[in-house]
Amino acid sequence: MKTENQKAWFFVLPVLLLVAFNALIPMMTVVNYSVQETFGDNVFFWQGLDWFQQILRSDRFHAALGRQFLFTFLILIIEVPLGIAIALSMPRQGIWVPVCLVLMALPMLIPWNVVGAMWNIFTLPDIGLLGYTLNHVLGLNYDMTQDPIAAWVTIVTMDVWHWTSLVVLLSYAGLVSIPDAYYQAAKIDGASNWSVFRYIQLPKMKTVLTIAILLRFMDSFNIYTEPFVLTGGGPGNSTTLLSIDLVKIALGQFDLGPAAAMSLIYFAITLLVSWLFYTLMTKDDQN
Amino acid sequence: MALELRSVTKRVGGVLHIKETSLTLETGHFNVLLGATGSGKTSLIKLMAGLDPIASGALLMDGQDVTRLSTQKRNISLVHQFFINYPHMTVYDNIASPLKVAGMAKSELDDRVQDAAKIMQLTPMLHRRPHELSGGQQQRTALARAIAKESRAVFLDEPLANLDYKLREELRDQLPDLFAGRGAVVVYATSEPEEALLLGGKTALMQNGRVTQFGPTADIYRNPENVAAARVFSDPPINTATITKQGHEARLGTDVSWTLEGAAAGLADGNYTIAIRPHHVVPVAKAAGLVKLNGRVQVTELSGSESSAHFDLSQSGAASSWVSLSHGVHPYKVGELHDFYMDPRAAYVFAPDGSRVA
Repeated sequence: MKTENQKAWFFVLPVLLLVAFNALIPMMTVVNYSVQETFGDNVFFWQGLDWFQQILRSDRFHAALGRQFLFTFLILIIEVPLGIAIALSMPRQGIWVPVCLVLMALPMLIPWNVVGAMWNIFTLPDIGLLGYTLNHVLGLNYDMTQDPIAAWVTIVTMDVWHWTSLVVLLSYAGLVSIPDAYYQAAKIDGASNWSVFRYIQLPKMKTVLTIAILLRFMDSFNIYTEPFVLTGGGPGNSTTLLSIDLVKIALGQFDLGPAAAMSLIYFAITLLVSWLFYTLMTKDDQN
Repeated sequence: MALELRSVTKRVGGVLHIKETSLTLETGHFNVLLGATGSGKTSLIKLMAGLDPIASGALLMDGQDVTRLSTQKRNISLVHQFFINYPHMTVYDNIASPLKVAGMAKSELDDRVQDAAKIMQLTPMLHRRPHELSGGQQQRTALARAIAKESRAVFLDEPLANLDYKLREELRDQLPDLFAGRGAVVVYATSEPEEALLLGGKTALMQNGRVTQFGPTADIYRNPENVAAARVFSDPPINTATITKQGHEARLGTDVSWTLEGAAAGLADGNYTIAIRPHHVVPVAKAAGLVKLNGRVQVTELSGSESSAHFDLSQSGAASSWVSLSHGVHPYKVGELHDFYMDPRAAYVFAPDGSRVA
C-alpha cells in the first residue's frame, strides 16, 4: 500500500522560498513590467506585447545585438584556438606546472571593474604604457576614445587577456587526463603531430571544450562591467553592447517597459544559443 | 627481416634498467621474452619500439641502424597487456587507423581491415565503439590492428594476460598461425613458462634487466645454462637443494645420498646446487634408481589430472621445501610424513656461482 505523507513538502519549502525570493519573483516582476506602461505612483496601463514588437523592430536594438554577436564571435574565434594552443604547449610534469597554472589563473582572479579600469589607464594615449608606446614610440594614431576600431581592438584584447586562461585551464585538464598509452599507440601507428591532436587530444578535450565554449559564450554575451568601465559604450555607440544599451534604457531613460521586454528577449537569445550549441555538441555521445 | 640489438642498455634516472643486451631476433618463428614481472620485458620492448631512448648500443633492422629513428618511421606494431584502442573510433576505424596514416588506397584498406576482422572474428562488431565490447573483443581489435598493418616488427607485450582463461587458450593457439609467413619479427613477452613452450620458436630468458639465456625454446627448457634459467623456466618452481659430492656419492642433507652417474660423476669434490623439476619428484616409485626422500606435507593442490604437494625436507636434514607433481589423484594429508622419490638423472647440477656443470 502506498504511504500518504506530505512531510516532503516541508523539506522542499526553504529552497522554494529562496528561489522564489531571488529568482522567480524578480523574474516575474520583469515580465510584469514588460507588458505594461508605468507611470509614477505605481500607475500601470496594460500594454500587451507592444514593447516586444517595438524592441524587435527597433534599429537601435538590431545594432546593439549585431555588435553583441560580433563581439562574442571575435572572442570565441580568438580565445578557443589560442587557449588550446597554450594548453598544448604547457609542461605536463615538473616544477613549471604549478608556476604556469598560477600565472594562467591570475587574470581571472582580478575583479571585473578593476580589469576595465586597468585597461583604461593602460591605453591612455598620454600616460598609459600601451597608449604612449603606440602613439609616441611606434608613431601610430591610437586613441580609443576617438576611434571606433581602436575601441573594438581594445575591448577584444582586454577580454582575450582576461578570459583565455579559462579555456587554457579547462583544455589542460582534458589533456593531462590522456594516458601515455594513447600517445604510444599513435606513435606506433605512425601518426603525425597533427593526427595525434586531431584523433587523440581533440576528442579527449571535447567535453571540457564544450563547457569552456559555453561559459565563454554566456559570459561574453552578457558582458557589461569591463566595456562599461573601459569605453562606456563609445565612441558614439560603437561599443554599445546589448547589456550596456539595456542599462541605458532602463536606468538612463527610465523606460521600464521596453527595458523589461528587451531583457526577456536578451535572456531568450542567450538561452536559445546555449541550448542549440550544447545539443549539437553532445548529440554524438547520445547515439 | 631481422632485429638486432648490439650491446643495448637503458637508463632511467641514472639507474641501469636494461643491462648490456645483445640479441638477434628473426622472422619465421616467435621470439618469446620470458621473465617475471619487473624483469625488463616491457622495457626491452619499448626500447625496440623506440618509445624509450637507448642509452648506449645500437638497434638494427635488416642491418640498417634505427637507433635514432623515431617510432613513427619504424613501421612496427605493438599490442599491450591493457586493451589500447581509440575510444571515440569504431572497431573498423581502429583497425584502419595505421593504414589511413600510411595513406593506403581505400579499396585495399577495406580489404585489409575486413580480412583482419574476419581472422579475429570481429566482423559483426566493426561498427561498434571499443567501450561496447568485452575485454576479449577489445584485445582482438588491438591484435587485428597489428595484423592489418604490414609492419616489420610486431611486439606483443603479455597480450593475453588480462583475458579470461578460455579465450587466452584459444588466442594462444591462433597466434603463431596469424603471424606465420608475414615476414615480420614477432616478439612476445610473457611471464608464463607454459606459454613460451606452447608458442615454440626461440626464447630469451630475462632476469633483472638482463637476458640470461637465448635459444630455441625447447633447448632452453631442456638445458638451462644456470640456476636462474632453470628457475624462470619452471611452473611450479623448480626444486633446488645444496648437495655435497664426495667421490661418486652425492649427499643431500644428512640422510639422503645416491651414486652420481654421467657427467656429474666426473666433477671435483665439493658443494653443488641441484635443480630438479617437480614432475621428476613423485610419490610412488615406478622405476629403478630413484632416490627416496622423506618430507612433511605442507600444502597440497589438485588440478584435475595432476596432484601437487609441497613438502618440507628438514626431516631428511636438508633446509629446503620441495614440490612434487604427479599424474592422477594422490591422497596427501597435510602435516603427515610422506615418502617421495626423485630421479637423480633428471637433476641439473650447478656450481656455486650458478653456472651449469652437469
